[in-house]
Amino acid sequence: MKAVVWQDVGRVGVETVPDPQLLQPTDAIVRVTKTAICGSDLHLLDGYVPSMVHGDIVGHEFMGEVVEVGPEVRRVKVGDRVIVPFPIACGKCWYCEKGLTSLCDNSNPNPGLAEKLWGYSPAGLYGYSHITGGYAGGQAQFARTVYADANLYKVPDGLTDEQVLFLTDILPTGFMGAEHCQIEPGDVVAVFGCGPVGLFGIASAFLLGAERVIAIDRFPERLEMARTYGAETINYEEENVFELLKEKTGGRGPDSVMDAVGLEAQAHGFLGVADAVKQTTRVLESDRPHALRAAIMACRKGGTVSVPGVYGGLADKIPVGAFMNKGLTMKTGQTHVHRYLDRLTGYIERGEIDPTRIITHRLTLDEAPHAYHIFKHKHDGCIKCVLDPWADPRDHEPAPAPQAQG
Amino acid sequence: MTRRDTGPRAQSAQNASPSERVLFGGIGAGLIALSLRQRGPSGLLLATTGALLVAGAATGQSLGAAATGVRRTEDDHIKVQKAVTIGKDPQELYAFWRNFENLPRFMDHLESVKVQDGDGQRSHWVAKAPAGTSVEWDAELTADEPGRRIAWRSLEGATVPNEGEVEFRPAPGDRGTEIHVSLTYRPPGGTLGATVARLLGEDPNVQIEQDLRRLKRLLEVGHIPTTEGQSSGRKGVMNAEAKMYDNRRTS
Repeated sequence: MKAVVWQDVGRVGVETVPDPQLLQPTDAIVRVTKTAICGSDLHLLDGYVPSMVHGDIVGHEFMGEVVEVGPEVRRVKVGDRVIVPFPIACGKCWYCEKGLTSLCDNSNPNPGLAEKLWGYSPAGLYGYSHITGGYAGGQAQFARTVYADANLYKVPDGLTDEQVLFLTDILPTGFMGAEHCQIEPGDVVAVFGCGPVGLFGIASAFLLGAERVIAIDRFPERLEMARTYGAETINYEEENVFELLKEKTGGRGPDSVMDAVGLEAQAHGFLGVADAVKQTTRVLESDRPHALRAAIMACRKGGTVSVPGVYGGLADKIPVGAFMNKGLTMKTGQTHVHRYLDRLTGYIERGEIDPTRIITHRLTLDEAPHAYHIFKHKHDGCIKCVLDPWADPRDHEPAPAPQAQG
Repeated sequence: MTRRDTGPRAQSAQNASPSERVLFGGIGAGLIALSLRQRGPSGLLLATTGALLVAGAATGQSLGAAATGVRRTEDDHIKVQKAVTIGKDPQELYAFWRNFENLPRFMDHLESVKVQDGDGQRSHWVAKAPAGTSVEWDAELTADEPGRRIAWRSLEGATVPNEGEVEFRPAPGDRGTEIHVSLTYRPPGGTLGATVARLLGEDPNVQIEQDLRRLKRLLEVGHIPTTEGQSSGRKGVMNAEAKMYDNRRTS
């Protein structure tokens, strides 16, 4: 089959690799009908998530049709049309039973690395480095999925692939980011970053009762998209974000602030350059925390900072004094995708959220390297790329005789 | 680098000597410098290792002791204590463990355990030893409190005299059961033998921790998760690199 593999820092390629096999009785094989590139895939591309190996299949936003199930799979059937949540739940441990599936105790086969870096290991993730398990990802024509009964989510026939694809990650991630804002009636929410997660965070904040949402970015097309979701916007290259947020909230500051940017934030001035230099070493600082710093500073006293943006290691000069003395709360984590699926599918069915609006590029799997490039550099107004692994008519020809596997 | 202190200092978080800190900090800084000239994964690897060394030096954690460190009792036995919480009843976990023949299902270094009498007072153990050899011994049950505690010890004449104890304590709330394991053994070749074994990757601390995790996964989920055999575009040395990350040296 064809799959997108990580080849080196700054390079992904489409390679022909062996088709996936069932390895355990609870596995299922999915024929991938749509897959997407996530902003967090760019952290892999740029080499900020360690333990990637040349040849690892990437991708954690994918859906498709179940074509094979292991003997212990009961609920999922061949032919089911499913989305695959990016964190892997065993479905049995204390965390999974509590709905905290991204913290599953049992799904990371190689928890040693994560324990070294983070103390304890969260769940295994698809296509996201060996720290989170080394599972092959879903930017491919087929994918092996594990603990099928606890993970694969059957989607309603009436919804298109594009409508449900983002249930795998970014839609629940934006929603959990908004839920973490602990919104109460009358609240003003600020959202740093108007990428896909930030945009869904804006939409979710309104669904959860926010009075106003103020969104911050620097790309005009992303700010425009944020306005179509109902947000007021600030271009941080043109304005003083802190002062403007203060002024727009009557001097109070936003009640909650979401960092939907993560570890590769952009910033100007001395601290921005210092962080960029330090991060290049991968050692002095692995993460550039500008958005997090700004979120902590901007948040009103007693407010909440919600962090759906991804961080991996260590960061410098976090204003802990502001965090402590203003009595802030921080809520964060990889998304517990599973527990939001029924609710979010309902929003989509009723037309209360239209996830397809963020899609700017529909490409083939073969075009993945180009897609990564335009997504990373925000060329051509790129906000979200969806890839079709079966777009090439030649992929539908009868399979050639099996080749020796090297 | 072998440390003999068994007092409170041995348990202190800061256990590196000043010279050790300078030495490892220096090596770490060197690796970082080297990594800046290496593109790609090998550069990342060097940098990561360097960062760990520098971090160890900065926080006073002895990397020598961390790499080979093991607690030792007064009479130069090695003692390992680990705990895991499993979402099952104490009675169920006790019953599983009380049948010693189940132990090789999650204890990687055990080849087999055969119970030699009806009630499991005596058993015969075969364990993997370095360089593809094996060691065998007979053991007897020394304590048996159903649902709470089991203890055993090797009989006179064992090559590797050892004893073990496992306690099953109800965890708070709905968290299941805490399993607390304590193993003591006298390695062949004494301290030197233990050090060599640890340098060869047979650290008993890591082994027992991995064993207990396998037990948890076996009992909670039914099997151990794996990625072995999945498809990838890796070839040759890349597979070795992935294996190194995947920390599968004991399998």
